[in-house]
Amino acid sequence: MSKKIIELKNITKSFDHQKILGGINLTIYENEFLTLLGPSGCGKTTILRIIGGFVEADSGEVIFDGKNIAKLPPYKREVNTVFQKYALFPFMNVHDNVAFGLTIKKMNKKEIHQKVSNMLKLVGLEGFEKRNVNQLSGGQQQRVAIARALINEPKVLLLDEPLGALDAKLRKDMQTELKKIQKEVGITFIFVTHDQEEALSMSDTVVVMNHGSIQQIGSPIDIYNEPRNRFVANFIGESNIIPGIMKDDYLVHFDGFDFPCVDKGFLPDEEIEVVLRPEDIILSAPEKGQLIGVVTDLTFKGVHYEIILQGDHRIYKVQTTKYYEIGTSLGMSVIPDNIHVMHKMKEEKHETF
Amino acid sequence: MKHFKGMTIPYIFWAFAFIVAPFILIIIYAFTDGGLSLTDASFSLDSFRDIIDPLYATVFMRSFETGIITTGLCFFIGYPMAYFITKFDEKMQPVLILLTTIPMWINLLLRTYAWIGILSDNGILNSALKAFGLPAVSVMYTGIAVNIGLVCNFLPFMILPIYTSLSKMDPSLLEAAYDLGANKIQAFVRVVFKYSIPGVLNGVILTFLMAISAFVIPKLLGGGQYTLLGNLIENQFISVGNWNFGSAISFILAIVILFTISFLKKIDPDDEV
Repeated sequence: MSKKIIELKNITKSFDHQKILGGINLTIYENEFLTLLGPSGCGKTTILRIIGGFVEADSGEVIFDGKNIAKLPPYKREVNTVFQKYALFPFMNVHDNVAFGLTIKKMNKKEIHQKVSNMLKLVGLEGFEKRNVNQLSGGQQQRVAIARALINEPKVLLLDEPLGALDAKLRKDMQTELKKIQKEVGITFIFVTHDQEEALSMSDTVVVMNHGSIQQIGSPIDIYNEPRNRFVANFIGESNIIPGIMKDDYLVHFDGFDFPCVDKGFLPDEEIEVVLRPEDIILSAPEKGQLIGVVTDLTFKGVHYEIILQGDHRIYKVQTTKYYEIGTSLGMSVIPDNIHVMHKMKEEKHETF
Repeated sequence: MKHFKGMTIPYIFWAFAFIVAPFILIIIYAFTDGGLSLTDASFSLDSFRDIIDPLYATVFMRSFETGIITTGLCFFIGYPMAYFITKFDEKMQPVLILLTTIPMWINLLLRTYAWIGILSDNGILNSALKAFGLPAVSVMYTGIAVNIGLVCNFLPFMILPIYTSLSKMDPSLLEAAYDLGANKIQAFVRVVFKYSIPGVLNGVILTFLMAISAFVIPKLLGGGQYTLLGNLIENQFISVGNWNFGSAISFILAIVILFTISFLKKIDPDDEV
């Protein structure tokens, strides 16, 4: 990929003796749409605030464009933030909110005016200059917040769960819109969310986090198809996670059978975990399947049914477009390419986060 | 809400009996010349003509000056106090607010007498100055003493509304200002102060009203040598017995206050009233 813009080196942070970030290393490139994804309390917002300059890391370096900016106050950084609740100035109209950064820089009024109207056009709020921000809808306030940040031509835009307060439909629209805006202005977006679907649909790179450490960095497809551990597999999409043993390269044993697979490079007989995505399990007549199960539950989900099958060793979650009666015996099979083998995760040190 | 409408009746009655009716009486007295009697009173502007007397004009000017100085001092002392209180953690803030209001639990007269003890020629202030070998000062019965008394009494009324405004501010607004390139001073002027303007206006209106119509404090600390409008009105009603003249001054004061409020409210961009 292109040039590095931000490098985090061994960043640690604690609040009240509670470790929030434990040694974060992350490289962010120019023009990248990077998402920090994880459950609440995983430290994703803290990383964003360290880059923005609102929180100082206990140790480590924040390299921005080749310089360590760890000690620089926010107003001297070439990044701008879209805050979670937008943080628009309630006593200013749309124009003055968007113009705020330029007014601080003492740019002349005519130029400001021009830039503000261009920026409002970019976010789809043409002609909203004189509106009171309190009278705008959530989606419109969101756009004002984006315009207010982008008008300063930052090299990096930080977005702290900006779609969290919007309803589902508007959220989808804004996802597309944000991606479009990012392509248009051609700068790096660092996006924080706990919504895996949002992360997968918008990002170039997804950083999955848990308990203050990075679990996996990769493209949305990598993250989904090749989750590196149980946490990632569980957090991104639905999964059946099954303990097993890696008998040999390309051969894995679980639930009493050997399955051919595409993974290699494990220790002989290493204990591993297998991820089977519910949509990758193919249902068939019992005699044709690699595993056998009985339908115990069936839920209609719109596009598909979600079926719970009771097998000899465990229950399996399967997605199918066909309807099956509860009590039906079915065979299950998975093609080698859809069997994802992961190293076993070490025991979590602090489950009660 | 309909069920509760009936509950406003006692208040409406109370407000009419003790606010509206007396005010109507004041207007009637102000525009008539019959003394205490309302039966043989006839319309007259004599009371208003008397006010033009330079003696009274001085009192008016002095009251205004005192009102403005007191309000100004309360603002310059109260704003920083309110601001710094919001910087403390959430458990500490109510305690600090309580501390600023504790003096109000003590009777106004007692507090004012305490100032006499401090400021009089043989008081604590001069004893302290003497102890440090400094010359004594004579502030008792001057405008300075009156202003000190007024500021100390009315400061909580400036701090409370400003604190209320500031504490409602979402801290992310300040972060947004820094994020957009504002340094600490710019962020304060353009965001924090602007946000607190409604509180400032409420504080200013409250202290100005109370200062311009005060009469106990100027009476005790001004000792009759520093007469304000409140004292003038009090004298007319209680000592002189000229209710018509007293009412005329009260009426003018009420008009002045009304104009001041409506002028200040106009500055407030958020106020819809």
